[in-house]
Amino acid sequence: MATQHSRSAARIMMAPAVILLLGWMLVPLTMTLYFSFKRYLPLRGGDLGWVGFENYIRFISSSSFWPSVMTTLTIVGGVLAITVVLGVFLALLLNQPMWGRGFVRILVIAPFFVMPTVSALVWKNMFMDPNYGLLAHLWEFFGATPVEWLSQASLTSIVMIVSWQWLPFATLILLTAIQSLDSEQLEAAEMDGAPATKRFAYITLPHLGRAITVVILIQTIFLLSIFAEIFVTTGGAFGTKTLTYLIFQRVLESQNVGLGSAGGVYAIILANIVAIFLMRIVGKNLDT
Amino acid sequence: MARNVTQRRKILNTAAAWTIGLLIFFPILWTILTSFKTEAQAIADPPIFLAFDWTLENYGAVMERSNYSRFLWNSIVIAGGSTILGILIAVPAAWSMAFVPSKRTKDILLWMLSTKMLPAVGVLYPIYLLFIQFGILDTKIGLVIVLMLINLPIIVWMLYTYFKEIPGEILEAARMDGASLKEEVLYVLTPMAIPGIASTLLLNVILAWNEAFWTLNLTAAKAAPLTAFIASYSSPEGLFYAKLSAASTMAIAPILVLGWFSQKQLVSGLTFGAVK
Repeated sequence: MATQHSRSAARIMMAPAVILLLGWMLVPLTMTLYFSFKRYLPLRGGDLGWVGFENYIRFISSSSFWPSVMTTLTIVGGVLAITVVLGVFLALLLNQPMWGRGFVRILVIAPFFVMPTVSALVWKNMFMDPNYGLLAHLWEFFGATPVEWLSQASLTSIVMIVSWQWLPFATLILLTAIQSLDSEQLEAAEMDGAPATKRFAYITLPHLGRAITVVILIQTIFLLSIFAEIFVTTGGAFGTKTLTYLIFQRVLESQNVGLGSAGGVYAIILANIVAIFLMRIVGKNLDT
Repeated sequence: MARNVTQRRKILNTAAAWTIGLLIFFPILWTILTSFKTEAQAIADPPIFLAFDWTLENYGAVMERSNYSRFLWNSIVIAGGSTILGILIAVPAAWSMAFVPSKRTKDILLWMLSTKMLPAVGVLYPIYLLFIQFGILDTKIGLVIVLMLINLPIIVWMLYTYFKEIPGEILEAARMDGASLKEEVLYVLTPMAIPGIASTLLLNVILAWNEAFWTLNLTAAKAAPLTAFIASYSSPEGLFYAKLSAASTMAIAPILVLGWFSQKQLVSGLTFGAVK
């Protein structure tokens, strides 16, 4: 059906998008690689020559590297655990017959549309503030001493804020997946006397497997690079410096571009490991 | 008897779902409520929920003090501009991939997706440097370009998924009836594609509106959108909860409304069609 003529027309129509994305990928990436092998301090002498792998070694051996990796993993792991578990639960609940499901859906999805700087600041001030925050009032109501959330329990606080932002995403996707489950299968199992827990474990959960994987992979990619939530709450203090934040500080705050770029390359490699798995799943689903 | 059981279960489900839904929504509700309080009432102990003197003064104060309208305008231009530009570039690409697929189409789509995975911080300095070189640091056009590029893969993907669902036979039939390529695109394809394009537009406006890495790092005084405007409240002086709430409410309200309309498209849009 497709003629030679339409094929070349198609190629021309694709060209702008392909060329732009190719440029967007290759140009900055090449520059990051280039800088990562240089001692480059824009404010203190500029380009001070090639240094081989020194930046890569220094970035890893700096005392803030491993803590930042641990912080990143804690945040990503914590948020994933909370959003997936609560997401499955919420999706199951929202799939039950009830009144006003559409309205509840709207309430549940809302946090996803709140810009990160707003949700971080609202949580920081109006909920987690040790004097005026609602959580402090709640703690006092029960006779407990209010927690200084963002300094004493900084990582927990960040995980809470970010989980609140991402729970809607997980819930919505898992709900969509549950709705495609064949209800006859569940009814048959119920007739055969399978208890609810077994029906969940052997029918619903396997059916959700793929959706859960997709949620985990997509969230991981976004969570690895969360920035605004830390920028406006702790500014990287109290052990909340993630890999992304560490690189940001090296590059823009202390203007050590060579070192920051080496860190950037590590971040790219890390993200790509996750991306490969995601692409496999998406690719399988794509029949052109 | 059985009906009673299902009825009771329905009541329980409803109660549980509404409770949890309200709990999740509560921070937003609380922000909106606080925006109508006086600063003293905003930090009252015990907290006041509804019985306060409703006032609009915070909205007035925010608009006056921080030149809110300029931030809002920047957000509109950046989110709207990057989305429209992205769609203009993506429509032909998605169209050709959906209707004239080749052996490489799948690879191109996946490769486009892979550019989305590039962590922003990894290319922060190069982009920063390029922006200085081209003199577009702290300009709206600079952010329009960057946000267009980071969302382009999603736009192409979403449009591709929608275009794929338009049956090719209809196009063939139009061709048989002697429609030219132009007529085919204009009168057959476009009307069918408009819903898909509209929801792509919606989702990407939301994503661009809320983007908070590039908008924070590439703007200062001139081109800063609402994300940066809100971030400026992170080092407060004096009483400010009510004003923070008013500013926040204004920043999120338009997107909340748009978002509720787009929740159906959200799933296939953000999972690249892996979950439908």
